[in-house]
Amino acid sequence: MDGHVSEASGTRDKPLEAEDRLRKKIKQPRERNYGATSNDVIVVNPAQPPPQDPPHRDRRPTQQEMEEDEEKEILKYGAKHVIKLFVPVTLCMMVVVMTVNSVSFYTVKDVYLIYTPFHETSKDTGVKIWNALANSMILMVVIIIMTVLLILLYKNRCYKIIHGWLIMSSFMLLFLFSYLYLEEVMRAYNIPMDYPTALFIMWNFGVVGMIAIHWQSPLRLQQAYLIFVSALMALVFVKYLPEYTTWVVLGVISIWDLVAVLSPRGPLRILVETAQERNEQIFPALIYSSTVLYSIVGMTTTGTETGNETRRLNENQDASADQAGFNQEWASTTRQRVQQRQIEVQANDQSHPTQYRTVTRPPSDNLTEAQRHQQQMEEEERGIKLGLGDFIFYSVLVGKASSYGDWNTTIACFVAILIGLCLTLLLLAVTRKALPALPISITFGLFFCVTTSVLVKPFTETLAAEQVFI
Amino acid sequence: MTVAEFFGCAFLAFGTPLAMFCFTISDSPIKIILLIFSSFLWLLALLISSFIWFIFIPLRDYLIFGVLVSVLIQEGFRYIVYKLLDKTSAGLEELAGNSLVTHNKPVLAYVSGLGFGIISGLFQSLNILADAGSGPGTVGLKSGSDFFFITSATFALCIVLLHTFWNVIFFNGIHHHNKINIIYVVLSHLIFSCITLLNSYQLYGLTLTLSIANVIITMLIAFKTVGGSVMKLKQCIACQ
Repeated sequence: MDGHVSEASGTRDKPLEAEDRLRKKIKQPRERNYGATSNDVIVVNPAQPPPQDPPHRDRRPTQQEMEEDEEKEILKYGAKHVIKLFVPVTLCMMVVVMTVNSVSFYTVKDVYLIYTPFHETSKDTGVKIWNALANSMILMVVIIIMTVLLILLYKNRCYKIIHGWLIMSSFMLLFLFSYLYLEEVMRAYNIPMDYPTALFIMWNFGVVGMIAIHWQSPLRLQQAYLIFVSALMALVFVKYLPEYTTWVVLGVISIWDLVAVLSPRGPLRILVETAQERNEQIFPALIYSSTVLYSIVGMTTTGTETGNETRRLNENQDASADQAGFNQEWASTTRQRVQQRQIEVQANDQSHPTQYRTVTRPPSDNLTEAQRHQQQMEEEERGIKLGLGDFIFYSVLVGKASSYGDWNTTIACFVAILIGLCLTLLLLAVTRKALPALPISITFGLFFCVTTSVLVKPFTETLAAEQVFI
Repeated sequence: MTVAEFFGCAFLAFGTPLAMFCFTISDSPIKIILLIFSSFLWLLALLISSFIWFIFIPLRDYLIFGVLVSVLIQEGFRYIVYKLLDKTSAGLEELAGNSLVTHNKPVLAYVSGLGFGIISGLFQSLNILADAGSGPGTVGLKSGSDFFFITSATFALCIVLLHTFWNVIFFNGIHHHNKINIIYVVLSHLIFSCITLLNSYQLYGLTLTLSIANVIITMLIAFKTVGGSVMKLKQCIACQ
């Protein structure tokens, strides 16, 4: 990639040192714009050209040309990639909605997260709202603290701790939560199964999952695992968050998303920029990618208390009444989940060095044959990425809406979220930088959820009762 | 029985639309996006009409008021869809990457019409279908007709098809400044909805016959407006 970029700077006549200097100058701003991104970010990999152009007079016109080309290209590939995101988002939502509708375990409220100490048991709506606000504030504070912790860890290069926690958390999701899911589904459909069979299935499922997520596997398999893991996480939220709290959390998290990604001092932005300064791949995060990037996709989370929590988790696993047990565990994944959303992969893996660099590629006459070939590969491979957190929260919204038993609300939320996603992608094509994917979609989703259940539902129910079709 | 009835009704209502989606829409990303976009606009139309129905409290018991308002608003949104597609045609073309879809007005009309239809059909029958599927129970045991679910599903199919045909006729009407087409669409929609008002008297035989007749007539007109003829149909079937 270095060779590539130095060609791009087009300073063949200059001495080598000057070229190096120039390269650095270009590289940094360029990388800021894409590759690594954060918090529920969708990224069309190629983004803006460097804001500070190197002081070379031949460069400017080509730059503009390329920019225009790029815009067209993004639009051209846009529709295809939008669908490539629609399909997994739809699948994830379907898993959640079907589970919520058929497995009553996920709609019964008995156990809560430790981060939501107020259980909304009061009859009074005012108290409930107050409880929900307090709960979501606590959750947000936890999320913010963990994010800051993550940044500190990263700044101090404590990679071992981070990676350890990543593997630990995905291990828990794939084995423990999947087992719980299996158990509840079996119970709901009244299917008997003996423990050896169950353990055999779980072992194989989990191990393949670990390999698929952290190492390598066919792309489809990996995507399937990522979708399933996010659906599981969403189900966890649907079950363990109190009623009103879920809605407030959805609202608050999309605001946090906005701040963390867009504000100049947003924690995720800082994180990403640090990674770029070091010119290294951010520890791989759990993101859904429509392209072949599996070798660098992993899972991330924060937390130094890994060992602590896991131990506590193990001790308390059976005592579901004991809040600290389950809740610690859920909470830890909460954090992990939040972090998953927050980090995007910087895709300058050794094997795909120029994956995200198509925007500022050099004019084609400077290209060698190999580079040209590489460019074509890049164009094939460019894709949009969506943080798994987005999957999770979209599914939470739809799942929660469907738990009230009205299919119209579910469909309305679904369509609204997809349209929100579309708009976000459109904005992405215009602004060309990492964007938070939650705010627009969640706002639309919440709006349609409320209006459908308040206004539309009585109307359609009256119509349906009389069998009038409009 | 309930499960069998559920699947029967579900495929009666949505089998044809599903086939239409699979064979004509699903191969092109831009069409899928258009479909979802138009369903979103139908949702908005429904939201507005529900809102109007909701705030006129004294008129709430007269269902015909809500029906008329809703039909007119839906037709208004059909016009908005046309305008939006017209305005953004350049952008759409870039997004699509090929002009085959975006330059072909009937295709655009068909796709957005199907979007209207599918969401409309889903909204008006999915809850009933879900009731049918979740059982247990026997329809018509205490009161009501045995044919409740099956007629409901048939009406859902009618509305999906009608929306598609209406959209084709309507877009054609605006494009060629043909007022008769537009008036036909609005009238046909009003008539269809008003006929279903009779459903509450359980005159299913009458309402179904009239509605299906409406569907067939509208289908023929739509076929005609996009330049279809018997000869072309024969050629198509004979794969010439």
